[in-house]
This record gives sequence, C-alpha cells and structure tokens, in this order.
Amino acid sequence: MASLAPSTPLVAAHGIVLRRAGRLVLDQVDVTVARGEIVTLIGPNGAGKSTLVRVVLGLVQPDTGTVVRAPGVRVGYVPQHFAVDPVLPLSVHGFLRLAGPHDRRRLADALARVGLDDLLDRPMHVLSGGELHRVALARALLREPDLLVLDEPVAGVDVAGQVELYELIARVRDDSGAGILLVSHDLHLVMARTDRVVCIAGHVCCSGHPVEVARDPAFARLFGHRLADALALYRHDLAHHQHVHGHAAPPEATTASTVGGA
Amino acid sequence: MLDDFLLRSLVGGMAIAAAAGPLGAFVVWRRMAFLGEALANAALLGVVLGVLLRVSTLPVVVLVVVLLALVLTALERRRILPVDTLLAILSHGALATGLVLLAFLDRFRVDLMSYLFGDILAVSTGDLTLILAVLAGVTLSLGTFWRSFLAITVDAEIAAVEGVPVDRCRLLLTLLLAAVIAVGMKLVGILLVVSLLIVPAAAARRLAASPAQMALLAAIAGMICVVGGLLLSLRLDLPAGPAIVVVAVALFATAQLVPARGSR
Repeated sequence: MASLAPSTPLVAAHGIVLRRAGRLVLDQVDVTVARGEIVTLIGPNGAGKSTLVRVVLGLVQPDTGTVVRAPGVRVGYVPQHFAVDPVLPLSVHGFLRLAGPHDRRRLADALARVGLDDLLDRPMHVLSGGELHRVALARALLREPDLLVLDEPVAGVDVAGQVELYELIARVRDDSGAGILLVSHDLHLVMARTDRVVCIAGHVCCSGHPVEVARDPAFARLFGHRLADALALYRHDLAHHQHVHGHAAPPEATTASTVGGA
Repeated sequence: MLDDFLLRSLVGGMAIAAAAGPLGAFVVWRRMAFLGEALANAALLGVVLGVLLRVSTLPVVVLVVVLLALVLTALERRRILPVDTLLAILSHGALATGLVLLAFLDRFRVDLMSYLFGDILAVSTGDLTLILAVLAGVTLSLGTFWRSFLAITVDAEIAAVEGVPVDRCRLLLTLLLAAVIAVGMKLVGILLVVSLLIVPAAAARRLAASPAQMALLAAIAGMICVVGGLLLSLRLDLPAGPAIVVVAVALFATAQLVPARGSR
C-alpha cells in the first residue's frame, strides 16, 4: 500500500467491548497498528489477547466498538493453535499452495526464510508444533502482507529458535515495512524487538514503549515486581540495541508513561 | 445382455459414487459423518411426508434435508451447545418424527421400503437425470471452489483472514452433501447412504498422497463398489444396496493392508 502515509494506521480498533456468557472479556480496548510498527499484546492468561486479535482480524464481531482497516490492506495470520489431522494427506507443499498458486521454487524460498529446509514434501501432520507455526508463518509471508498478525509465535519453540524467530519478524518489518501485531507471554525476548507494548487484562492497563511499560505500576501489579525488576535489567540491553538499530527510544525516559484507566 | 433397467442402475450408481467419493473425502476430513447421518434421518422424514401428502417424494426429501442443514448452521453459529449434541438432537428428532408420522400411513408401503433399503434396480429415467444433475453440480462446485473448500477444512480462521467466504463455502458443502444423500438413498437406502460417502473415502486415504488424489481415488473406489455390488447382487440374488456397501467395506479392509503413504 504505497499510497498510505507512514502514519496511517493499517488497522485501528476503538472502544472494543465483548462479552462472552455474561463475562466481560474485553472492556473498552483500543489498539492500532501502523505501517512498519511492531506492536505486542501482553497480559496474563485469559486476559483476552487472542480474542482481541480475532476482533482486529474481523473473525469475531465485538458487541460495541469499531475496527477500521485501511482499504486494500493484505493480512497474514498465524493462529495460536493449529494442527492438521492425519486423515488429510496434506504435504507442506500443498498447505503453502493454499495461500495462492506459487511455484515450487517460491515455496522453498518461503520455507528457507523461516528457517525450514527440505520440508516441502513432508506431510503436515508429522510436523512438530514449532515447525507447524513456522510453516504457517511461511504461508502468511507468501501473501506479502501489509499487516502480519502472530498469536504466540514462539509457543513450542526453544530459546535459540525464539531469538531467530523474533529476528525474522523484525527483518520482515524492516524489509517490507509491514505492520506487525504480536501476542506473547515471554516478555523478555518480545520487548527487545517491540516498538510498542499494549498490556491488557480485559482492559488496556498500560501501553507504550517497552521501557515505559516496564516501569508502570500497573504492569508491576499485573506481572509482579520480580518481572518488572527483570525487565529493568533488560533496559541495559535495549540501551545497547539502540546504537545498533537506532530506534528512537529514550533509554532513561522519565516522562509520564501512557497509562490507561487501570 | 444389458437390459435397459440394468444399464440405468449401473450408470446411476456409478454417477452417485463419483459424486459421493470426493464429497465423502470432505466429510471424512471435516469429521462430518454425524452430519451425514442427521441428513439421512431427515431424508426419512421427507419420504414419509411426501407419501403422506401424496406428492413426489424426492423434492420433499431435498427440501427437508436442506432445511435441517440450514437449522443446524444457524444453531451452530449461536454456540449454545456443542455441534455433536445439536446434531444428535436434530438427527433423532427427525428420525422420531418420521417414525411417528409413519403411524399415520395405513400400511407400510412398498415404495417406503425401497427408500429405507434402496432399490437401485428401480432407477427411472427421471431419477437418472436427477442423479446426473447432482453429479454435474458436485463436480462443478468442487472444481471451482476446491482451494477454498480445502482451505476452510485445514483452518477456517486462516482461510477467513485470507479472504475466503467461509460461511458460504460451508453452506455450499452442506447443500452438496444434502443433494448426494437425497439421491444416494435411492441406491443403497437411507440406512446405508452415509457409508457410500465415508467408506470409499476412508479406503482411499491409505493410497493417497494428496487431498486431490484422495478425492479422485474415493470416486474410483466408489464406482468399483457399485459395479462389484451390482454383479454380486445379480449373481447371488442379494439386495443390491447392502451388497454395494459390503463390497465397499471389503475394499476398505483390503486397503488397510497397503502400507500408508504420506506419513513418512
């Protein structure tokens, strides 16, 4: 979408309210993703992260609130849970071709990009959880998405694989300028690669740059002080990263963090 | 040697098998066997209604089956109960209503029996036209929407994000299933029609390395079963419908001896 100004949100969800069986799952949640931005949703189990992602994707209709997607935005999605039944004789090759009629070479390249080689003819149902996730990511990337949505992309991936995966995600952003919406539990790795963190627990409890969020009292309440302290440690990493990537983030920002109505 | 009626049976049976094979593959992949049973039970209700109202049964059957499919889709979306529970309620509800209405019929009429157990040798020219029309509809739909159907089978949410009209594809698949069941019961009867969908597809799984192969092999397996079953029935004077299903089950058992492909 070359016509979009860099600041135009690819997708903007405003005032999302969603009830399930009488329980308030999402309460006045706002989230936007702009071109070239990596936004990470964090929060405890049952905080409504995956539900919010599905609302943003248009898979679930909210009770109130709006989701506005910029016209013509192509979306790639890697769900959290995903498996192919053994009764379906589907190879990785066949699975990737569901994204569109690509030739074998292109499919092999897409797999290589996510770090999976020589897997094209493997049946889907024998892949491990981590491999499945990456194959799904390859399918999403084949669509050359403007917006890439990943729900728990590193579930079932070892630590080395996680680092690789986040590097890949950052590279996708750098190469294509796509906006990326992530859901994650493991804050450490996520934070190093994230432009903006939205911390939700039904409502948005805090959001902003990772450093700001880590200092937010609402964050400490939600995740405990131990984690907040651990992330304080990570700030040094970030200060170091700055020189490398030149992300505009004041390492010692003491200005007010963006605090939602916690 | 081939009499007219035999030729009609053979062509009609093979056409149904050719339509049921690929569609049956989707039934197996999407775990919709219970839906097939429910639709078949609804078909019985349709038959009884048709006889009671003294109108042509097949259109009533198609109407009732499609209606049940639509009710199920609507209920499924509201997520009140799990799908298998909903299916059991609708399926047995239709069966029980059919049996209750049956009590209003003076006598257990012969043409009703033919719907319960199938009467492939009584396939009329009109039936044959309808069967061929269903085959054409199934082939055309699968050919046109193959990738979408497969995409929603693998993962409906990814498919939806990629722009596949998931609900419409599901509905179309269900309607095709309803159509095949409605015409298929003429062949093997309401009690066994679902086996025509499932058994050839299940037999094909062993030999198939891709979804398209499995669909195609299921169609071929189904046609072999129809020919084999008909021959068996003529030679040994067996009821044709059950004979076809027995051949299908034998074919399935044989296929299990072949080492599985696509599961290295």
